[in-house]
Amino acid sequence: MAFDYEQYLRPGKLPHIWCPGCGHGIVMKGLLRAIDRCGLQKNNTAIVSGTGCASRLPGYVDFNTLHTAHGRAAAFATGIKMAKPEMDVLVVGGDGDGIAIGGNHFIHACRRNIDMTYVLMNNYIYGMTGGQFSPCTPTGDRTSTTPYGNPDPIFDVAKLAIGAGATFVARTTAFHATQIDKLITAGLRHKGMAVIEVLDDCPTAFGRHNKFRSVVEMMKRLKDIAVPTQAASQMSPDQLRGKILTGILHQEEKPEYCEQYQQVIARAQAAAKF
Amino acid sequence: MAKKVALLQGNEACAHGALYAGCRFFGGYPITPSTEVAEVMAVELPKIGGTFIQMEDEIGAMASILGAALTGAKAFTATSGPGMSLKQELIGYACMAEIPCVIVNVMRGGPSTGMPTGPSQSDVMQARWGTHGDHPAIALAPSSCQEIFSETVRAFNLAETYRMPVQILLDEINGHMRERIEIPEPGDLEVLNRQLPTVAPEDYKPFDDTQGDVPPLAAFGSDYRYHVTGLNKAADGFPTSKPELVDAEKRRQLRKIEANQAHIEKNEEYRVEDAEVILVAYGTISRSARAAVDHLRNDGIKAGLFRPITLWPFPEKRMARLAEQARAIVVPEMNLGQLILEIERATRRVCPVEGIGRVDGELITPAEIVAKVKEVL
Ligand SMILES: Cc1ncc(C[n+]2csc(CCOP(=O)(O)OP(=O)(O)O)c2C)c(N)n1
Ligand code: SF4
Ligand SMILES: [Mg+2]
Repeated sequence: MAFDYEQYLRPGKLPHIWCPGCGHGIVMKGLLRAIDRCGLQKNNTAIVSGTGCASRLPGYVDFNTLHTAHGRAAAFATGIKMAKPEMDVLVVGGDGDGIAIGGNHFIHACRRNIDMTYVLMNNYIYGMTGGQFSPCTPTGDRTSTTPYGNPDPIFDVAKLAIGAGATFVARTTAFHATQIDKLITAGLRHKGMAVIEVLDDCPTAFGRHNKFRSVVEMMKRLKDIAVPTQAASQMSPDQLRGKILTGILHQEEKPEYCEQYQQVIARAQAAAKF
Repeated sequence: MAKKVALLQGNEACAHGALYAGCRFFGGYPITPSTEVAEVMAVELPKIGGTFIQMEDEIGAMASILGAALTGAKAFTATSGPGMSLKQELIGYACMAEIPCVIVNVMRGGPSTGMPTGPSQSDVMQARWGTHGDHPAIALAPSSCQEIFSETVRAFNLAETYRMPVQILLDEINGHMRERIEIPEPGDLEVLNRQLPTVAPEDYKPFDDTQGDVPPLAAFGSDYRYHVTGLNKAADGFPTSKPELVDAEKRRQLRKIEANQAHIEKNEEYRVEDAEVILVAYGTISRSARAAVDHLRNDGIKAGLFRPITLWPFPEKRMARLAEQARAIVVPEMNLGQLILEIERATRRVCPVEGIGRVDGELITPAEIVAKVKEVL
């Protein structure tokens, strides 16, 4: 039976603002399938975003939703989770939001290993403001602020998250729609900070500057560059050049931050008794 | 029964006032001269099952308290100088999304790193206009440690009552000075909580102005779920750019203050009844001004002190009345003229308004004030 998305969509809030061919809608659908699969309760779930096209997602879905300032989602979400650890807390947003202006909050949420699930929609561009380069725009590519080609090296979001301490890190693309909900499901079930990077596309702002003639062409590129981690282990460095690894890239057990703080409470209360 | 007394620093009194008011969440980032507030919260909050978190910067700290406040917690942060500058964007967010929270700013010299251990009162205008856009503001400037305690409680009450951020302005002197204070028993001071919705969850609108200018605020994780955004929005909380709705929202947010000024305003007057010279001073410097009033009276000059405790909204009506009886108004402040601008505006300069400004990290002394008054008269 076809999945009933409407049960999770807010009535009257569509159409969304996203352009035809934008990858963010594919991620939203994957997110809802994962939420359904994990049985999250609407009243007990908070979905937090910053600002950008990707960050508009919370407005369309029927949970406790918080659309915050550019870059600050992880820090708002940390406040919610610490104040009400029993809530399920998700963060959604773009590459500019999470990795440029919000980079500091992002790495520290990873470091704390706080139990939340961060879905980062990486279209390697500032879509909302019309196509300026982000820390994820490939070197050499053209954007409205790199008219002669981007001189900047990129951040590898997954490596950044792993290095910062996130205990679940996965990656897929908007082309691999069914993998999106599988990985978000695994992230939601993981205790600790889970980061799921979804490479998607912005035909309007990125495609335009980089001579992609159609959305199909952009999707095809996502398909071509993705290599599942298992397959990658059989491939040579040469074969892997220009590719990105997909699937679960990292998973480990480490103390979770809210639980650690519960121990702080226990120690403080024990000390206060004597 | 004998009152519980303690020798507390202003910053400590502020933290204990927050706990008395029911604060259960503190998100902070260390900065002199505010750090003791965080240190007390780190010790005390876990004892009562509350949360202390040291965030990665002041923006994160501000974000964390807003997230916590939306779950229903009374939330608090403390900062100074450059940290206060960093908080501005999200103070605007709190005004816009109407999220109650309290920020104590232990003012230090600036701009930039300025004088970390030097006192200052130079964030008075920032407290009103620091974030971009038209927005309501409440800022309180207590003087003594006892008053820091009680005004911190009041700051939480105002934040909860009007669904907005409230700032407490201390400075390096009253933040660090120690005084004997009587710790109020539970029930001695009023403690107010935000209004929760009573409508059915499906009928809840977080910005429903038919519920009054301060619509009830549901908690995340309760039976109500809703959307929060920093965009202009309609009553249901979803973005709008319809001119009439944007206009109505902005005006309602400002009306929360304008229509309730009498409730929010708090001043102290000392020997003003027959005063010909009115000193206007707040926070630490009001103590020098009060001493100066007595000196001047001894010298036969009819001086009085008007001390706004609520700086924003500014008590303009009372100020205007006092100006009518005065030959001069003298305004000592540890900046180069901030509240004086508001005083000039409120009094329409019916009498001379003279400032005494100091920005060298030194206190303004009673003698300086006495000398200035004699010069002005
Ligand atoms: C403090 C601040 N700086 C800049 C902006 C302008 N701004 C809005 S969205 C955005 C970039 C969004 O890019 P990304 O997060 O990648 O999301 P996308 O639109 O690509 O989905 C910028 C720079 C802002 N809203 N706030
Ligand atoms: S500008 Fe780009 S990111 Fe934004 S909605 Fe359009 S396609 Fe999507
Ligand atoms: Mg982007």
